Amino acid sequence: MNKLLLAALISGAMAVPAFAADYTIMAPAAPGGGWDQTARTMQEALQSSGISGNVQVTNVPGAGGTIGLAQFVNQSAGNPNALIVGGYVMVGAILTNASPVTLEEVTPIARLTGEAVAIVVPKNSDLKTLADLVAKLKADAGSVSWAGGSAGGADHITAGLIAKTVGVDPTTINYIAYSGGGEALAAVLGAQVTAGISGYSEFASQIEAGELRLLAVSSDERIPGVDAPTLREAGVDMALQNWRMVAAAPGITAEQKAAISADIEKMVNSDAWKTALETKGWVNTYLAGDAFDVQLDADIGATEAILKDIGLVQ
Amino acid sequence: MDTFGLLAQGMVAALQWQNLIYALIGVTLGTAVGVLPGIGPALTVALLLPVTYRLDAAGSLIMFAGIYYGGMYGGSTTSILLNTPGESASIVTALEGNKMARKGRGGPALATAAIGSFVAGLIATLALAFVAPWVVKFALAFGPAEYFALMVLAFITVSAAFGDSAVRGLTALFIGLGLGIIGIDQQTGQSRLAFGVLDLLDGIEVTTLAVALFAIGETLKIAADRNQVKEEVMAVKGSVWMTKEDWKRSWIPWLRGTAIGFPIGAMPAGGADVSSFLSYSAEKSFAKHPEEFGHGAIEGVAGPEAANNASAAGTLVPLLTLGLPTTATAAIMLAGFQQFGLQPGPLLFANNANLVWALIASLLVANFMLIVLNLPLIGLWVKLLTIPKPWLYGGILVFATLGTLGANGAMSGHIGPISFSFELVLLLAFGVLGYLLRRFGYPIAPVVVGLILGPMAEQQLRRALAISQGDVTILFHSPIAITLYVVTAIAVLLPLFMRLRGKGQVLGQLASDED
Repeated sequence: MNKLLLAALISGAMAVPAFAADYTIMAPAAPGGGWDQTARTMQEALQSSGISGNVQVTNVPGAGGTIGLAQFVNQSAGNPNALIVGGYVMVGAILTNASPVTLEEVTPIARLTGEAVAIVVPKNSDLKTLADLVAKLKADAGSVSWAGGSAGGADHITAGLIAKTVGVDPTTINYIAYSGGGEALAAVLGAQVTAGISGYSEFASQIEAGELRLLAVSSDERIPGVDAPTLREAGVDMALQNWRMVAAAPGITAEQKAAISADIEKMVNSDAWKTALETKGWVNTYLAGDAFDVQLDADIGATEAILKDIGLVQ
Repeated sequence: MDTFGLLAQGMVAALQWQNLIYALIGVTLGTAVGVLPGIGPALTVALLLPVTYRLDAAGSLIMFAGIYYGGMYGGSTTSILLNTPGESASIVTALEGNKMARKGRGGPALATAAIGSFVAGLIATLALAFVAPWVVKFALAFGPAEYFALMVLAFITVSAAFGDSAVRGLTALFIGLGLGIIGIDQQTGQSRLAFGVLDLLDGIEVTTLAVALFAIGETLKIAADRNQVKEEVMAVKGSVWMTKEDWKRSWIPWLRGTAIGFPIGAMPAGGADVSSFLSYSAEKSFAKHPEEFGHGAIEGVAGPEAANNASAAGTLVPLLTLGLPTTATAAIMLAGFQQFGLQPGPLLFANNANLVWALIASLLVANFMLIVLNLPLIGLWVKLLTIPKPWLYGGILVFATLGTLGANGAMSGHIGPISFSFELVLLLAFGVLGYLLRRFGYPIAPVVVGLILGPMAEQQLRRALAISQGDVTILFHSPIAITLYVVTAIAVLLPLFMRLRGKGQVLGQLASDED
């Protein structure tokens, strides 16, 4: 009962218009995942560096973030204190779920972090390089089983794009979805599948332990300290980054957007944020303003195209 | 690091004061619900899931495991003093235990039950600590085909092997499997059976279903029950302590019960009910004075009580190492792990070793707490039985509703200008389903297991077939899978054979209606 009382007090306190800089950040995912960690890292950085006195994080899990997004759009319109965390996976989920609410309806603020997708094979695999994998893929696309995160997510899209780039019909790829890179890891370690494809951090410890062979990473440039070529260097002319972003509510004024953008920029430059990125192994890919809007539109367009190519979106 | 080192490390975590408090809350609650007939560990953990949503993961899981262990202790008290089992796993205990109480030997009966539970809990938890890492190594070799075979086995044993009707068990299982299809399909990202309802995109919440079936369903059944007989609680007369003779007659059954209970719990083959029944039969056939059975033989209390505690520990082996729940409580504990973003299975031991070993170590601690709670404080628990049922179930209804509202109860449904919580509507609808299932004698556990394991089994089957590019023989490719299917076949055929031979009644007694 105390908990209820506390909840009532907190929600009561939130209803009172306090400092303009107080934020409620929605993580449209279960506690523990990437978006939740991003939201909570923001909370800590905003508070500890004094940008905001009171930051709350709420979790609304489900359906690649689209359930949280729909709730955010419906309940936060015009609220300058409401933020939502999202990312590349949400772009795909909106398309595959035919979500009634899209990213057009929120006010994008900035891209915050990014992570390269890594392509790995078990240590005993015959495939020594990405070229070997591509050759196998060209010979018989079905014979290459890829284990990665959820269908339509960055991992799946990368696999589809690799196929498309090397001239293989993306609808023929044999992609096996797991609920995340961690679960896919067991399938790769046990050599149940040909290759694993997921965020580099999901595979990092097993790559270092020598259990997995890293064939390539999907970023534009090599990951510092990691001995593996980019896809481009390995002969597949494409790059993809799984990014995370923060957006504000629909229907806020230009001044309100500017104030939020300024706070986020301050947060990105704070020591607390920088330290957190380092410990979590996230890459700072901060991009804001018009440049981000352009990039977001381009990503949405490219994602829609590849999802149609893979056959997930009609 | 070897098992001793890991266990010692876990013990350090378990002895932190927060974890001690969680364990104490768990075992106290567990004993209470174990004592109360009709309310069991599955219902209790289900009710607590939404409340613990934001608490510490390790602490909450320690509490859940404490409830499970506590339930096994508490159930015997009711069996002995009331002749109504507090827990389905304690049905057998009532046979001899209540006879002993009627003869004025309630004290020794309670003592042998509690000490037997302690001995079994201690040995079985240590066995869990040593067997689990071994199973984990084995489980890493499991691919989609092997997991699928394992789940087929679990489906059959949970639904069809025990109970008086395989058809009812399978019907309940398929209700669960059907509910499991709702939501976004993991392999393709397409939504199924959601009918455009946003709340259904993520599937049916296991917590909502479990709370509805166990709490709301049971409450409706109690409310609808017209002949509510007042049962006589036997007072504990005479000494609580066991005589030298009692000790001599108890210690072998304790060990034998442990030896029977642990493997049965660890195999995906039904939980505590089966093991306590087997232990009873074993004691009866080994007894020096078989004529005492049915008139208050202490062996008939000592053995089954040890067996049901040992099997509770055994159940944690497949749960932690394979992510496979074999009882209703284990199924709901699995949902508990998932709510904290943890997936039980071989990788849990690699990625969350600290949590796993803290959990196992705290079970040892819980066991010590339970013996203290149950022997000197027995009088307190007996008083619980005097709480009027309407108060008890009224409270459960309120708690179930608030819990669901708190966890997922956003006002997301709209009919015209009226907003309502879709989750609450689901809760009530499933509550009525739970009542109907009970009313017509269908088991509840297979529905919950179906909802949890159904989607997993489907994913594993489709992954296996995708890897083999549609070649069905991959399912029977490995010796592990073939062995599992053979065991499944035995689990189907043996009960059929027994029913044909007129031994169906034995199976009926084993009906696992664990709530």
